[in-house]
Order: sequence, then structure tokens, then C-alpha cells
Amino acid sequence: MQKKTFSLRSIVVHLVLTVLAFLCLFFFYILIINATRSHAQLQLGFSALPGSSFLTNLKNVLNDPSIPIARGILNSLLVSGSCAALVTYFSALTAYGIFAYSFKLKKAAFTFIMMILVMPTQVTAMGFLRLITNMGMDDSLLPLIIPSIASPAVFYFMLSYMQSSLSMSLVEAARIDGSNEFSTFNRIVLPIMKPAIAVQAIFTFVGSWNNYFIPALVITSKNKQTLPIMIATLRGSDYMNFDTGKIYMMITVAILPIIIIYLLLSKFIVDGIALGGVKE
Amino acid sequence: MQERKIRGISYTKWGYLFILPFFLTYFIFSAIPLIDTVRYSFFEYYRSGLKEIGPNFVGLKNYISLLSTDLPKYAWNTFIMWILGFVPQIVIALLLASWFTNARIRIRLKQFFKVVIYLPNLIMASAFAMLFFSLFSNSGPVNSILMNLGIVAEPIRFMESTLGARSLVALMNFLMWFGNTTIMLMAAIMGINPAIFEAAELDGCSHRQTFFKITLPQIKPLLTYTLITSLIGGLQMFDVPQILTNAQGSPDRTTMTLIMFLNNHLKSKNYGMAGALSVYLFVISAVLCFFVYKLNMGDDSRERKAAEKRAKKLAKKGGQG
Amino acid sequence: MKKKRLCLVLAMLMLVSMLAACGGGETATGDTPAAEEGKVINIYVWNQEFQEKFNDCYPGVTGTSSDLSVTNLEDGTEVHWIINPNQDGVYQDKLDEALGKQSSAPADEKIDMFLVEADYALKYVDPDVGVAMPISQLGITEADIANQYDYTLEAVTGADGEIRALSYQATPGMLVYRRSIAKAVLGTDEPDAVAEAVADWDAFYETAEKVKAAGYVMYSSTADTYRVYSNNTSAPWVDGTAVVVDQNMMNWVARSKEDTDNGINNNVGGQWTDEWNKDMGPDSRVFCFFLPAWGLSTCIQPNVKDTAAAQDWAVCAAPQAFYWGGTWLVAAAGTDNPEHVKDIMLKMTADTDVLRTLAQEYGEMSNDQPLMDELAQSPEFGIDLLAGQNYLGVLSEGAANISLANVSPYDQGCVEEFQNAFGDYFREATTGVTFEKAKANFETAILERYPELTEVRWPE
Repeated sequence: MQKKTFSLRSIVVHLVLTVLAFLCLFFFYILIINATRSHAQLQLGFSALPGSSFLTNLKNVLNDPSIPIARGILNSLLVSGSCAALVTYFSALTAYGIFAYSFKLKKAAFTFIMMILVMPTQVTAMGFLRLITNMGMDDSLLPLIIPSIASPAVFYFMLSYMQSSLSMSLVEAARIDGSNEFSTFNRIVLPIMKPAIAVQAIFTFVGSWNNYFIPALVITSKNKQTLPIMIATLRGSDYMNFDTGKIYMMITVAILPIIIIYLLLSKFIVDGIALGGVKE
Repeated sequence: MQERKIRGISYTKWGYLFILPFFLTYFIFSAIPLIDTVRYSFFEYYRSGLKEIGPNFVGLKNYISLLSTDLPKYAWNTFIMWILGFVPQIVIALLLASWFTNARIRIRLKQFFKVVIYLPNLIMASAFAMLFFSLFSNSGPVNSILMNLGIVAEPIRFMESTLGARSLVALMNFLMWFGNTTIMLMAAIMGINPAIFEAAELDGCSHRQTFFKITLPQIKPLLTYTLITSLIGGLQMFDVPQILTNAQGSPDRTTMTLIMFLNNHLKSKNYGMAGALSVYLFVISAVLCFFVYKLNMGDDSRERKAAEKRAKKLAKKGGQG
Repeated sequence: MKKKRLCLVLAMLMLVSMLAACGGGETATGDTPAAEEGKVINIYVWNQEFQEKFNDCYPGVTGTSSDLSVTNLEDGTEVHWIINPNQDGVYQDKLDEALGKQSSAPADEKIDMFLVEADYALKYVDPDVGVAMPISQLGITEADIANQYDYTLEAVTGADGEIRALSYQATPGMLVYRRSIAKAVLGTDEPDAVAEAVADWDAFYETAEKVKAAGYVMYSSTADTYRVYSNNTSAPWVDGTAVVVDQNMMNWVARSKEDTDNGINNNVGGQWTDEWNKDMGPDSRVFCFFLPAWGLSTCIQPNVKDTAAAQDWAVCAAPQAFYWGGTWLVAAAGTDNPEHVKDIMLKMTADTDVLRTLAQEYGEMSNDQPLMDELAQSPEFGIDLLAGQNYLGVLSEGAANISLANVSPYDQGCVEEFQNAFGDYFREATTGVTFEKAKANFETAILERYPELTEVRWPE
């Protein structure tokens, strides 16, 4: 009896997972297929079979001096990497400040962050541009990185994670050992937060990697452009040079680094690292 | 809690110190533009071509004229498309997260599945929409398959019917975000003390019991987080319908979301109206999130403590038995 | 890590200064520019199209930087290309921002020239906003541009009668049809005979009925005929603060609805879609398309290459003259290089040799009427796709008949919102949008888009 329900359940589980995995991979399959087809072939409509223009498209992308793709990858890596690091560290720090200490403005601070959490980001875009222009930070990568220190959503995630997985007894123990608060955070709290940090680092990295709107407003010089801006430039190219195959190839090339980084980081998720701290 | 209060005084400054960078950054980079936004909501202020009109103070006029637009319709569109995508998203994510973290369920290729579910999120939304669009176009592969199977005689004009367009938006949102949610919930479940699960297992709890009685209450803070962030994400739904319908919200503006509406005003450089709309959006989001938060967290600590206690008792029993 | 980065920065600085030094070397050999001219010409563009043509055709180009962002001229001046994508209006946002700072910007950062598209050209050539320099102020005379097509000048003439932009291309449209269907239905595929059969709208629809009776479809999407109607209205879209919908636009609505219901068109949702492309393909039963010259190589060619329909096409004049697209060069007010800008504008838009190269190398319909009339006789422009027909003759005639007296700065918005609102109505069966609902949707959309507009007036 037990055995039978188990196998039935197992079938259901595998069925659901297979369907979902198919859906997820399917889009990559089409993307890669499209990257192997020429503009003319793509205009004829959908095909499930690869075309013969893979190398042509790749050459077109790599040899186009107006899209310095290596530079773009470097810029994107720099921005996304810094963002991921800043977001996770400072969100955890802020969350810990709220979680572990009691101070007068604690409740007010928490409420304030929750309030700004619900503010749509589009609202401040134009004002943001004006501000950084006045600060002389336009056409620089800094305004794409620094503001990520204040990420209310990640803060909230970290706080929730602490509430379910961080025990104050560990902190107390460290205090008794004479550990300074800051190093307690770095040495004891951060390691416990590893799963949460890994998760948010990936999400932030991906979000920043694919971000187009704000970077496009801020960056002007070619050598500071990130990948999405380059893709948009390609897509906006005129009707005579318009090449869908090249665009798909560019998207594919732009996705590669992020897939590699995801696969590297995903080991944290997949291996189900260090099951949080020990609770109580 | 009690103990902390007693010692609290000496650690107070650390609390302030730790949250300082956040607030400093926020005030410089977000608060200043934000205050501008709110201020402009009381002004007639827009650009006509390159000419700037205003700012002229008009009081609440922007707020009042917004009420006479189709604002409720866009709120409804947003809600419908959100719920269509969110319900399957949270159900599937909970299911997957509990399967993946349950040591008793043997899943072949588990690692593979875990990695794969997040992949759609790696593709840029605009590129994803490009692919989706060609798949579901009137002469696209989905229609030709349906026609070859004899399920339909004429191509289904997905993008032209309200239901079709909304479902596609929901489907895309679901595909892009269910992996994200699953991973978050997995992180939450992995944060639970494994002793609790072991105890439950020893005690002969069924999967279902473990899931509802232990897992769910334990991950409640993160579940609330998921709910609130998806709610906000839903309210801010923008890029998918924007790209899929070419910014038109077609057909008949039934896929026009609140933020697309806001974007229309930003695009026409109407800072006054955009400001007022932002304030409305802010109020709506704040109210909704407040309710969700209260609903979930209100009796939270009590319930979670109870769950833990139950678990401990079980553990003890298990240990003895 | 830090050290490494520092090294990298230093290395790059050295490289840059070396390059700069090389550039400086060339200066000595070139002509000396007018004393007051700056060293840097900044040109705002949204893609590489004009940049490529400039690098190829402009006399005095000596080379480019490795990433193409700088073009060197022989007198030592550098042309800096500032490229911002059109997507999401980023190009216009950044251009507007920079134009706003024009007076306070240092000489080498001032915008000297920018490019505009037909849809929003009027926003920038408006004398009241004063961001564009009248060409008369640059010293360009009417004689200099006598060969250009009138409509390309008319389109960018401000309320004060001054011309503020010049274009190197003309983009008149034509009717592109399938020879095989013409033969089957009309008994001939001769362009003159087909032109007769679509000479005006009455003739066009008579032919359409015949096409339909023979089991074919006259045209693909209602978006195809849109420009033919919208280019031939009796008044601009906006009068004061009111949107005035022209009777001709309502004719388009009525006609399009009828055509969609009766299967005169193929009920394709819009241009640039898969279905639209399929309708150009070898298996399609669609008779004709309304396209400018570039449509032949970009739209039709890729869909029929190496198929039976690869030479099954011909062109003739559309029932009414129309145009589609176009790029203009604008001299920015406040430029510190007026002489260079003048020279670039003249060379690129009014120099017969340059325009001939553009036509021959880029398949461009150049903005030079006598030249186009001459090339219309040249066998070089008889292309395979049209089974040897030279399309320039048809186009040149079309270009002479275009009138842009009724363009307004609101055209881009009106084009998009009008087509979108009534597109739902044409497909009433699936969308459920009635005529009145479509009108209401158009009003909502257009007033939202242009806050200064207050009402929409419909024709009786």
C-alpha cells in the first residue's frame, strides 16, 4: 500500500517536473535555433530546425566595431557583480540592525522601509537622471551601482530569513566571548545567511544584467555601455542593416556569461548548503 | 526578548550604525527624486514638444481628473492578469519547493530540475516577449500544431481577444517567475531546523501533515515576503504586457496595467499627472501590503512557537520511541 | 586586484594619449580650419546608418577610431558620434536633455548636429523652441538645394517660413504587386496596364473585386493602406488644442472595416509581423503591398529569395501618392562649428556625386530630382526582383506628387493611436469593440499622450 502510493506520487512528481522543465528549456532552444538562422530565414516564420547561419551571425556580432561586445560584457559584469555584492551585504547588515537591536527609531525605520518597498521604481526615473546629472555622475557606472545599497525588497527578504533561521542565542554566545558587534555580524551572522545571500545574489545579478531602462538613460559613451543597451541599439538599427539573426545571436551571446555564473552559484541552491544555523 | 531589552542600551548605537548606509543611500538617490515626484503632483507641469508648460500650482486638480479616467479599469486589468499568473505560480512553487527539500521523495535528475526551473528568468523580458510573440502569432507554430491536430479549424487570434491576450501575459509571468519563487521558498525551507523534520518523520507524520503542520507555519515570514513582493510585482506589472502588446494594452486597452498607464504619462512628459498617479499607486500598494502583512504576521509568533513546540514534543517522543 | 585595475587604467590612458598624439600629427598636414571653429563636431544619431554613409561619402574623412565612435577629418577636426537607441524614446530623451544644456555646455561638448525622423521632425524644427538653426543662417541658399524634392523641404519648414533641416533621401511609396496574379486576373502584368487598373480608389476597388472573385486577396493589412490615406488629408491633425479627425481618415476606417469584413484584405494585424511576411511569401495569394523603395530589399526580397516568386513582382504608382519614413539632418542652434555643419549638410544632401554614390551603393532614393530622373533610364536600377523593371521612374513621379503641407508635430501619436484604436474595431468579431468604443478609445489615448490637447472633433 505504502509502496504503491509512493510510486504513484513519484510518477506525478516526475511528470510535473518534466513538463515544467520542457517549457523552461524550450525557450532557450528557440533562442539558439533563431540565432542559427539568417534574417531571411527568420522572416519566413518559425522553424524547429537550426539554420546554417550560426557562424555568419556570430561573425557579424563579434566583428561589428560599433558594438564592442567584450567591453559590454566587462561593463555588465562589473555593474552586476558590484550590485549583487552591495545588495546582499548591505541588505543583510540593515536587516540585522533591525533584527538584533532595539532602539528608539527601530519601528519607524522598519515601517519606513516597508513603505518605500511599495513605491514603483518607474516613478523616480526622470528625477534620478536630473539628480545624477547635477552631481556630475552622468555617463558613469557608479549611479548604476551605488543606489543598490538601499534595496528595500532584499532587506525584507533578509529580515524574514533571519526571523525564521537566525537564533539570537548564537549572537549572545559570541558576545560573551567578547566579540565586537561588527565582527559578530561578519563572522557569525553572514555564514548563517549563506542560502539567503546566494539566492539574492543570483536574483540581483540577473536583474541588473538585464536592466535596460535606467542604464540607457545614464550611459552615453560607447565604452561604458552595458549589454542591453547594445542589443537595443542593434534592434533600433535602420531597415537596411536590420538583421534579426544578428539580434538573436547577440541575445544568445549576452545570455552566456549569465548562464555560466548562474550555474556556478546555483550549486549553493542545488546542494542545499548548510541548512541555515542551528535554531535554539 | 526580555534579556535583550536589559542589555539593549549598550548596543543601541550599533543598530543605528548598521542601518545608516541604507538610509543615507536612500535619501540621496531615491528620496530627492521622490519628493520631486510628489511635489509635481500638485502642479500642472508637462512638456509639449520641447516647450515646458508650468509648473503652475493647481492643487488637487490632477488627482480629481485622474478619477474621471479609466483608472479602475486598469487596476482591474492588473489584478486579473496578476491573479491568473500568481495562483499557479505560488501553488507550483510551494509544491516544487516541498518536493525538492523532502528527503523522502526520490527525484531522478533532481539537480537538473532545480537548475532548470530558474532559467527563463535569465532571458531579458524583451527577448522573451519576442519569442513568445512569434510562437503565438496567428500563423505561428502553436496555431499550426492546433490546426494540424484538428483541434481548431481557423487559427486562434490569441493577441486579439481579451482572454487570449491576458492569458498570454499571465503565462509569461508565470514562466518567468515560478522558478524564482521556488528557489526562495526552498531557501526558506532549508532554513528550518532539520531536527524538526526528522522528529516528524520518526513520529510517522504523512507528507501532507508535515507540509501543513510544520513546513508552512515555519516559513510563514518568507511566505509573507513572497506574497507581498509578488503583490508589489503584480501592481508594478509592466514590461511583459508592454512589449507583448507593443505598449498599446490591446485589445480595447484590456491589458493596460497601472504602470503602463503611468508610463504613458511619463512618456508624454506629463510630470503633474504622473506624480498624482504615483501617489495613488503608492496608497493602493501600501493599503494592500498592510492587509497582507497584518493577516499573515498578526498571530505569527504565537503560531510558530506552537509549531515548534509541537515539533519538539514529537522529537522527544520519537527519541523515546 | 586594485593594482591590476590601476595598471589597466594607466595602460588605457597611455593608449588614448598615443592615439590623440597620432590624431594631432595629422592636423599639421590638413588645411587650417576657420579660426573660430571648434575641434570637435558632436552628432547625435540613433544608429549607424548615417554614420556609415558619412564615413564612406564625405570628402575629407581620413579615418575612424577603432570602435567607430570618432571619425577624423583631414583638417584635424574630430566628428564624435553620440548614439542612443530609439527604443523606449531614449534617443529623444537624451537629445532633449543635452539640448537643454546647450548654452552652458563647453564648446567641445555642444551638440553641432542631430538627426530626426519624419514622425517627430516638427518637434525640433519648431521656431518657438529654437533648437534648430535655419539653413539660411548657415548660409545655405535656395540655389544650393534646388534639386531636392519639394516635399522634403516642405516637411521641415517652420511657421516662420524658414527651413531648418535637410534630408539626403526621398521616401515616396509605390504599389508593389505580383505579376502572376495580375496576369491571372487582369490578363497582363505590364506596369502601365496595372497602374491603369489602380489609378484611383474606385479603380482600385473594382480591381479588388475581380481579384477576390478569382480567389485572391487584394492586400494584406489595413496598416498597408493607412499611409496612403493619412498623407492625403485636407488639414493637419491638430487645430489649436483640438484633434480634428479628417474625413479622409474616416474614409480609411469605413473602407478598412468593409474590406476586412468582405475579405478584400487578409485581416493581418499589422506590419512587421510573421503573417505580414508570409503574405509576401511564395505561397501567398495576396496581390499587392504599399511600400517605399527600401521595402523591396527589406520586406519582399527575404521572403521570396530562391523561390518561384523571386521575380514575380513589379511596381506601379499607388492610387494616391504617399511617403513612408525619412531622415533629416538638423544643425543645432549654438553650434561652435557652423562652417563644418554647413559643409556636411550640403555635401551629404545636395552634392550630386555623393547622392549618386548613395543611390548606387546603398540603393537609396537620393534627394535629387534630376539625378533620379537620369538614373530612372539607367539599366543598373532594373532589378531581378521586379524582373528587370527600373523602379526609380515610378518613385520619382511619386515623390514629385507628395505634399506635406498638412503634417503636424502630433502625427506620430495620431498614427499609432488611431490605427490601434480602430484596429480593434476592424476585428470586432474577436475583440468586441464597436465603432463608438473605438472612437472613445482613440480620444482617451490621444489626450493622454498629449496633455496640451483638450478635445477630439469628429467629422459630421
